[in-house]
Amino acid sequence: MTEFTPVSALVGGALIGLAATLLMALNGRIAGVSGIAGGLLSSGRGERAWRWLFLGGLLGGALLHELIRPETFALREGFPPLLLIGAGLLVGIGTRMGSGCTSGHGVCGIARLSPRSLVATAIFMATAVITLAVVRHAFGVM
Amino acid sequence: MSRHTGIDSSWGRNLAALAAGLLFGLGLAVSQMINPLKVLGFLDWFGAWDPSLAFVMLGAVVVSALGFRLVRRRGAPVFSPRFEWPTRRDIDAPLMLGAAIFGIGWGLGGYCPGPGFAAMALGFWEPFVFTAAMVGGFFAWHGIERTRLASLRRRAVDG
Repeated sequence: MTEFTPVSALVGGALIGLAATLLMALNGRIAGVSGIAGGLLSSGRGERAWRWLFLGGLLGGALLHELIRPETFALREGFPPLLLIGAGLLVGIGTRMGSGCTSGHGVCGIARLSPRSLVATAIFMATAVITLAVVRHAFGVM
Repeated sequence: MSRHTGIDSSWGRNLAALAAGLLFGLGLAVSQMINPLKVLGFLDWFGAWDPSLAFVMLGAVVVSALGFRLVRRRGAPVFSPRFEWPTRRDIDAPLMLGAAIFGIGWGLGGYCPGPGFAAMALGFWEPFVFTAAMVGGFFAWHGIERTRLASLRRRAVDG
Protein backbone atom coordinates (compact mmCIF):
# COMPACT_ATOMS: atom_id res chain seq x y z
CA MET A 1 0.00 0.00 0.00
CA THR A 2 2.78 2.45 0.78
CA GLU A 3 5.80 2.31 -1.48
CA PHE A 4 9.32 1.41 -0.44
CA THR A 5 11.38 4.59 -0.10
CA PRO A 6 14.88 3.47 0.96
CA VAL A 7 16.74 6.72 0.26
CA SER A 8 14.47 9.12 2.13
CA ALA A 9 14.20 6.54 4.90
CA LEU A 10 17.98 6.38 5.32
CA VAL A 11 18.40 10.14 5.07
CA GLY A 12 15.60 10.79 7.56
CA GLY A 13 16.99 8.15 9.85
CA ALA A 14 20.45 9.69 9.66
CA LEU A 15 18.97 13.07 10.65
CA ILE A 16 17.34 11.43 13.65
CA GLY A 17 20.68 9.85 14.56
CA LEU A 18 22.34 13.22 14.24
CA ALA A 19 19.73 14.77 16.52
CA ALA A 20 20.31 12.09 19.13
CA THR A 21 24.07 12.57 18.92
CA LEU A 22 23.68 16.32 19.30
CA LEU A 23 21.45 16.06 22.35
CA MET A 24 23.95 13.76 24.06
CA ALA A 25 27.04 15.70 22.98
CA LEU A 26 25.64 19.08 24.04
CA ASN A 27 23.22 18.27 26.87
CA GLY A 28 24.16 14.78 27.95
CA ARG A 29 20.62 13.49 27.44
CA ILE A 30 19.04 10.57 25.64
CA ALA A 31 16.74 11.65 22.81
CA GLY A 32 13.79 9.54 23.89
CA VAL A 33 10.56 11.42 23.22
CA SER A 34 8.44 9.60 25.79
CA GLY A 35 11.07 10.31 28.44
CA ILE A 36 11.50 13.92 27.46
CA ALA A 37 7.76 14.61 27.25
CA GLY A 38 6.60 12.32 30.03
CA GLY A 39 9.37 13.64 32.25
CA LEU A 40 7.71 17.06 32.22
CA LEU A 41 5.18 15.79 34.74
CA SER A 42 7.83 15.22 37.38
CA SER A 43 10.29 17.93 36.39
CA GLY A 44 11.46 20.78 38.57
CA ARG A 45 12.31 24.32 37.50
CA GLY A 46 15.55 23.90 35.56
CA GLU A 47 14.31 20.79 33.81
CA ARG A 48 11.22 22.02 31.99
CA ALA A 49 12.42 24.63 29.50
CA TRP A 50 14.70 22.40 27.45
CA ARG A 51 12.01 19.71 27.25
CA TRP A 52 9.44 22.14 25.85
CA LEU A 53 12.02 23.48 23.43
CA PHE A 54 12.88 20.01 22.19
CA LEU A 55 9.18 19.23 21.62
CA GLY A 56 8.72 22.59 19.96
CA GLY A 57 11.65 21.80 17.71
CA LEU A 58 10.10 18.44 16.85
CA LEU A 59 6.97 20.17 15.64
CA GLY A 60 8.96 22.97 14.02
CA GLY A 61 11.19 20.60 12.07
CA ALA A 62 8.22 18.74 10.66
CA LEU A 63 6.52 22.04 9.89
CA LEU A 64 9.61 23.29 8.09
CA HIS A 65 9.60 20.20 5.91
CA GLU A 66 5.91 20.59 5.27
CA LEU A 67 6.46 24.16 4.06
CA ILE A 68 9.41 23.26 1.82
CA ARG A 69 7.94 20.03 0.44
CA PRO A 70 4.18 19.99 1.13
CA GLU A 71 2.52 16.63 1.73
CA THR A 72 3.97 14.03 -0.56
CA PHE A 73 1.66 11.33 0.73
CA ALA A 74 -2.09 10.79 1.06
CA LEU A 75 -3.46 11.29 4.55
CA ARG A 76 -5.33 8.43 6.19
CA GLU A 77 -9.07 8.89 6.12
CA GLY A 78 -11.92 7.52 8.19
CA PHE A 79 -9.91 6.10 11.05
CA PRO A 80 -12.17 5.56 14.08
CA PRO A 81 -11.46 8.34 16.63
CA LEU A 82 -12.19 6.07 19.59
CA LEU A 83 -9.55 3.62 18.40
CA LEU A 84 -7.06 6.47 18.12
CA ILE A 85 -7.85 7.60 21.66
CA GLY A 86 -7.32 4.05 22.89
CA ALA A 87 -4.05 3.92 20.97
CA GLY A 88 -2.87 7.16 22.55
CA LEU A 89 -3.71 6.03 26.06
CA LEU A 90 -1.87 2.73 25.58
CA VAL A 91 1.16 4.49 24.12
CA GLY A 92 1.18 7.01 26.95
CA ILE A 93 0.96 4.39 29.68
CA GLY A 94 3.12 1.76 27.98
CA THR A 95 6.04 4.06 27.18
CA ARG A 96 6.20 5.37 30.75
CA MET A 97 5.87 1.92 32.29
CA GLY A 98 8.46 0.53 29.91
CA SER A 99 10.82 3.50 30.28
CA GLY A 100 10.99 4.31 26.58
CA CYS A 101 9.69 4.22 23.03
CA THR A 102 11.00 3.84 19.48
CA SER A 103 13.45 6.73 19.87
CA GLY A 104 14.61 6.02 23.41
CA HIS A 105 14.82 2.24 23.18
CA GLY A 106 14.69 1.60 19.46
CA VAL A 107 17.29 4.14 18.36
CA CYS A 108 19.38 5.29 21.33
CA GLY A 109 19.15 2.07 23.31
CA ILE A 110 20.06 -0.17 20.40
CA ALA A 111 22.87 2.21 19.38
CA ARG A 112 24.31 1.63 22.88
CA LEU A 113 23.58 -2.12 22.69
CA SER A 114 21.56 -1.83 25.89
CA PRO A 115 20.09 -5.22 26.85
CA ARG A 116 16.97 -3.51 28.24
CA SER A 117 16.39 -1.68 24.98
CA LEU A 118 17.01 -4.70 22.80
CA VAL A 119 14.42 -6.66 24.77
CA ALA A 120 11.94 -3.78 24.91
CA THR A 121 12.24 -3.14 21.16
CA ALA A 122 11.73 -6.81 20.30
CA ILE A 123 8.64 -6.88 22.50
CA PHE A 124 6.97 -3.73 21.24
CA MET A 125 7.69 -4.68 17.64
CA ALA A 126 6.09 -8.08 18.22
CA THR A 127 2.94 -6.77 19.91
CA ALA A 128 2.62 -4.03 17.30
CA VAL A 129 2.77 -6.51 14.41
CA ILE A 130 0.26 -8.82 16.08
CA THR A 131 -2.07 -5.93 16.95
CA LEU A 132 -2.04 -4.62 13.40
CA ALA A 133 -2.67 -8.07 12.00
CA VAL A 134 -5.76 -8.36 14.18
CA VAL A 135 -7.01 -4.81 13.54
CA ARG A 136 -6.36 -4.79 9.82
CA HIS A 137 -6.89 -8.37 8.72
CA ALA A 138 -9.32 -9.76 11.29
CA PHE A 139 -11.40 -6.59 11.70
CA GLY A 140 -10.68 -4.87 8.39
CA VAL A 141 -9.82 -1.48 9.90
CA MET A 142 -7.42 0.36 7.63
CA MET B 1 39.63 14.08 34.32
CA SER B 2 39.41 15.07 30.68
CA ARG B 3 40.61 18.41 29.37
CA HIS B 4 37.21 18.89 27.79
CA THR B 5 34.89 19.78 30.67
CA GLY B 6 31.47 21.25 30.00
CA ILE B 7 30.08 24.62 31.02
CA ASP B 8 26.86 24.71 33.02
CA SER B 9 24.78 26.89 30.72
CA SER B 10 21.00 26.76 30.65
CA TRP B 11 20.98 29.01 27.58
CA GLY B 12 23.21 26.59 25.77
CA ARG B 13 21.14 23.62 26.91
CA ASN B 14 17.93 25.22 25.73
CA LEU B 15 19.30 26.17 22.34
CA ALA B 16 20.79 22.73 21.92
CA ALA B 17 17.48 21.09 22.78
CA LEU B 18 15.71 23.24 20.19
CA ALA B 19 18.31 22.42 17.53
CA ALA B 20 18.16 18.70 18.28
CA GLY B 21 14.38 18.80 18.20
CA LEU B 22 14.36 20.58 14.84
CA LEU B 23 16.72 18.01 13.30
CA PHE B 24 14.70 15.17 14.80
CA GLY B 25 11.42 16.58 13.49
CA LEU B 26 12.96 17.12 10.07
CA GLY B 27 14.18 13.54 10.06
CA LEU B 28 10.74 12.24 10.98
CA ALA B 29 9.16 14.23 8.18
CA VAL B 30 11.76 13.37 5.51
CA SER B 31 11.44 9.67 6.32
CA GLN B 32 7.64 9.91 6.35
CA MET B 33 7.45 8.50 9.87
CA ILE B 34 4.73 11.08 10.55
CA ASN B 35 2.52 9.19 8.12
CA PRO B 36 0.75 6.46 10.11
CA LEU B 37 0.08 4.46 6.94
CA LYS B 38 3.82 4.31 6.24
CA VAL B 39 4.54 2.99 9.74
CA LEU B 40 1.69 0.49 9.58
CA GLY B 41 2.98 -0.57 6.17
CA PHE B 42 6.11 -1.82 7.88
CA LEU B 43 4.17 -3.49 10.70
CA ASP B 44 1.86 -5.23 8.22
CA TRP B 45 3.65 -8.56 7.92
CA PHE B 46 0.50 -10.26 6.63
CA GLY B 47 -0.27 -7.68 3.96
CA ALA B 48 1.51 -5.39 1.51
CA TRP B 49 4.83 -4.94 3.34
CA ASP B 50 6.84 -1.70 3.17
CA PRO B 51 10.35 -2.15 4.66
CA SER B 52 11.03 1.60 4.82
CA LEU B 53 10.80 1.89 8.62
CA ALA B 54 13.60 -0.65 8.98
CA PHE B 55 15.78 1.62 6.86
CA VAL B 56 14.88 4.60 9.01
CA MET B 57 15.95 2.64 12.09
CA LEU B 58 19.13 1.52 10.32
CA GLY B 59 20.11 5.08 9.43
CA ALA B 60 19.28 6.32 12.91
CA VAL B 61 21.00 3.52 14.83
CA VAL B 62 24.19 3.57 12.74
CA VAL B 63 24.59 7.34 12.99
CA SER B 64 23.74 7.33 16.71
CA ALA B 65 26.13 4.47 17.42
CA LEU B 66 28.98 6.27 15.66
CA GLY B 67 27.99 9.58 17.21
CA PHE B 68 27.81 8.17 20.73
CA ARG B 69 31.28 6.63 20.34
CA LEU B 70 32.72 10.00 19.38
CA VAL B 71 30.81 11.71 22.18
CA ARG B 72 32.18 9.29 24.80
CA ARG B 73 35.70 10.56 24.10
CA ARG B 74 34.78 13.82 25.80
CA GLY B 75 34.75 14.05 29.57
CA ALA B 76 31.44 15.86 29.72
CA PRO B 77 28.74 17.35 27.48
CA VAL B 78 29.22 20.91 26.28
CA PHE B 79 26.42 22.60 28.24
CA SER B 80 25.87 20.20 31.15
CA PRO B 81 28.06 18.96 33.98
CA ARG B 82 27.75 15.27 33.06
CA PHE B 83 26.46 12.68 30.59
CA GLU B 84 23.27 11.02 31.74
CA TRP B 85 23.72 7.61 30.18
CA PRO B 86 21.06 5.16 31.43
CA THR B 87 22.65 2.77 33.92
CA ARG B 88 20.10 0.01 34.41
CA ARG B 89 20.77 -3.34 32.80
CA ASP B 90 18.09 -5.49 34.47
CA ILE B 91 15.11 -6.74 32.49
CA ASP B 92 12.10 -6.47 34.78
CA ALA B 93 8.33 -6.81 34.52
CA PRO B 94 7.51 -3.10 34.01
CA LEU B 95 9.97 -2.96 31.11
CA MET B 96 8.44 -5.95 29.38
CA LEU B 97 4.80 -5.22 30.16
CA GLY B 98 5.24 -1.55 29.32
CA ALA B 99 6.84 -2.40 25.99
CA ALA B 100 4.05 -4.85 25.21
CA ILE B 101 1.37 -2.25 25.99
CA PHE B 102 3.17 0.45 24.02
CA GLY B 103 3.42 -1.92 21.05
CA ILE B 104 -0.30 -2.59 21.13
CA GLY B 105 -1.00 1.14 21.07
CA TRP B 106 1.51 1.65 18.26
CA GLY B 107 0.02 -1.13 16.15
CA LEU B 108 -3.47 0.15 16.86
CA GLY B 109 -2.92 3.73 15.74
CA GLY B 110 0.34 3.78 13.80
CA TYR B 111 1.73 6.55 15.98
CA CYS B 112 4.43 6.56 18.61
CA PRO B 113 5.31 9.61 20.77
CA GLY B 114 7.67 11.50 18.44
CA PRO B 115 5.76 11.12 15.16
CA GLY B 116 2.41 11.52 16.90
CA PHE B 117 3.51 14.90 18.17
CA ALA B 118 5.37 16.04 15.04
CA ALA B 119 2.52 15.03 12.74
CA MET B 120 0.48 17.93 14.13
CA ALA B 121 2.46 19.94 11.56
CA LEU B 122 0.34 18.28 8.88
CA GLY B 123 -2.76 20.02 10.16
CA PHE B 124 -5.14 17.10 10.17
CA TRP B 125 -7.10 15.88 13.20
CA GLU B 126 -5.47 12.53 13.98
CA PRO B 127 -2.18 13.62 15.62
CA PHE B 128 -4.00 16.10 17.85
CA VAL B 129 -6.38 13.45 19.17
CA PHE B 130 -3.57 10.90 19.53
CA THR B 131 -1.28 13.33 21.36
CA ALA B 132 -4.05 14.43 23.72
CA ALA B 133 -4.80 10.81 24.57
CA MET B 134 -1.09 10.04 24.94
CA VAL B 135 -0.70 12.92 27.39
CA GLY B 136 -3.71 11.45 29.21
CA GLY B 137 -1.77 8.20 29.37
CA PHE B 138 1.27 10.04 30.77
CA PHE B 139 -0.89 11.55 33.50
CA ALA B 140 -2.52 8.19 34.24
CA TRP B 141 0.88 6.55 34.70
CA HIS B 142 2.10 9.46 36.78
CA GLY B 143 -0.93 8.99 39.06
CA ILE B 144 -0.34 5.25 39.31
CA GLU B 145 3.32 5.78 40.23
CA ARG B 146 2.53 8.38 42.87
CA THR B 147 -0.11 6.13 44.46
CA ARG B 148 2.33 3.21 44.45
CA LEU B 149 5.12 5.26 46.04
CA ALA B 150 2.73 6.70 48.64
CA SER B 151 1.52 3.24 49.68
CA LEU B 152 5.10 1.99 49.87
CA ARG B 153 6.00 4.90 52.16
CA ARG B 154 2.94 4.26 54.32
CA ARG B 155 3.85 0.60 54.68
CA ALA B 156 7.41 1.53 55.64
CA VAL B 157 6.15 3.87 58.36
CA ASP B 158 3.53 1.43 59.71
CA GLY B 159 6.18 -1.29 59.72
